[in-house]
Amino acid sequence: MTVLVIADHDGKSIREDTLKTVTAAAQLGDVDILVAGKGVDGAAAAAAKITGVKKVLVAESDALGHGMAEAFEALVVPLAAGYDAVLIPSTSQGKNIAPRIAAKLDVAPITDVIQIVDASTFVRPIYAGNALETVKSSDAKKVITVRPTAFKPAGEGGSGAISKIDAGAGAGAGGAKFISEEIVKSDRPELGAAKIVVSGGRAMGSAEEFTRVIEPLADLLGGAVGASRAAVDAGYAPNDYQVGQTGKVVAPDLYIAIGISGAIQHLAGMKDSKVIVAINKDPDAPIFAVADYGLVSDYKTAVPDLMAALKKAGK
Amino acid sequence: MKVLVPVKRVIDSNVKARVKPDQSGVDLANVKMAMNPFCEIAVEEAVRLKEKGIVSEIVVVSIGPAQAQETIRTALAMGGDRGLLVQSDVDLEPLAVAKVLKAVADEEQPGLILMGKQAIDGDNNAVGQMLSALLGWPQATFASKIEISGSSAKVTREVDGGLQTLDVALPAVITADLRLNEPRYASLPNIMKAKKKDLAVKAVGDYGVDIAPRLTVLKVAEPPKRAGGIKVETADDMVAKLKTEAGVL
Repeated sequence: MTVLVIADHDGKSIREDTLKTVTAAAQLGDVDILVAGKGVDGAAAAAAKITGVKKVLVAESDALGHGMAEAFEALVVPLAAGYDAVLIPSTSQGKNIAPRIAAKLDVAPITDVIQIVDASTFVRPIYAGNALETVKSSDAKKVITVRPTAFKPAGEGGSGAISKIDAGAGAGAGGAKFISEEIVKSDRPELGAAKIVVSGGRAMGSAEEFTRVIEPLADLLGGAVGASRAAVDAGYAPNDYQVGQTGKVVAPDLYIAIGISGAIQHLAGMKDSKVIVAINKDPDAPIFAVADYGLVSDYKTAVPDLMAALKKAGK
Repeated sequence: MKVLVPVKRVIDSNVKARVKPDQSGVDLANVKMAMNPFCEIAVEEAVRLKEKGIVSEIVVVSIGPAQAQETIRTALAMGGDRGLLVQSDVDLEPLAVAKVLKAVADEEQPGLILMGKQAIDGDNNAVGQMLSALLGWPQATFASKIEISGSSAKVTREVDGGLQTLDVALPAVITADLRLNEPRYASLPNIMKAKKKDLAVKAVGDYGVDIAPRLTVLKVAEPPKRAGGIKVETADDMVAKLKTEAGVL
């Protein structure tokens, strides 16, 4: 079987979500990777080094650089003729383009795959992760989005051949035009890829308090900052901090939930973390049912105490 | 401008889905059903566009069982003008739903299709993008803001790490994200009025599109349960456990 992975990247490097998708793809067969965008030499070179990647296809245009779904569809649909499966990380960009490509290929997309059983059988979460569905596809070609947290990142050490391909129809985006982008710049690790995530909930009470409490702890641990939907909806944290079924799905080594009750929709976004810590003053909060270590305490005293204990322990 | 708003009847978002003991699916017998929350947001946005005078007619369509008429009535009570149920007693896959919606759009010729980004049962997040591809229209997914001027829509989209703004020529497909708006509750007089609004019922077979399933569900299982952990007394105990027992510091 031959598999095409569509890379998620920032031009200079390949995102970890892509490395994890390559791991999933390698379970199916030989892997080529498409790096499409504008000014992607760095990302293409990084893609060539991924273990198991045979070929790196590079396509460049302005529309691809802005991630326009129409341009990706026009580029990938003809390319897909040469592959048995197209795998795409289940990022906001992956979700934006994969179904569009599948529809044009007359294929039922299989989204958010967490396990590959065999070449046509896959496991995916439904109902906000409250059930896992095993589906068998009868389509000759597969279009799959991969939930990155379910796979380990592919290593480095490959030497794939880089070849430029014509962006062709991918040069335009039909009736869609890019206007602008506001990406939050941060020195912290990316939420989806961080080894440690510190999240705050509605208990913070205000945006100022959220920043004052959550950010120093995250920075002390070198972690990313997350938030519950309640905290985001209340305006305490920006929407891209949201961990949960409707936000980001994370699975760090350590997840620290502070003042988060543990609604189903939040648990769906973090319950696969290796170790979960919960700090909440309500001993009956549902978050404690999934936490490895719980501390029943008001965050106002617990977080300073925790930071002091961490510093004492050499953090 | 006419807007087409597809809506789906799903398990109420406040009800926990339970897997059937024989692992054939999720138990929906005697479970409260409601309009998919993202569909509600799409209906609300359409109604707001009508209130602004940009939209002249809101057509609400659902593909599903006879009971989906209730879901359509809810949308009509929120401010939709007329409804269409494409009745199907089997649950259709997203690709089939997109094909039926394309056939509906070909008939209705809307200037805009506004729909939820994903249904909370299958969690596919696919129909809007697929419909847009089949129609050959531009798409703007995960919208948190929509401004329509003349023959195009400026849409702010929620993307990983921030926001992206696109300008899409109409007709287009726009899918709603959570923060686009807060849907209204239908008032009692509007619920009464909605009962008199036109609701056509067609059979899915009337559209003559290929709805054959491509996926076979082999099993629906409970996710592995996390074993509950322990409670510690102090922050010092917590750090000690994380260091020695869990090894994550």
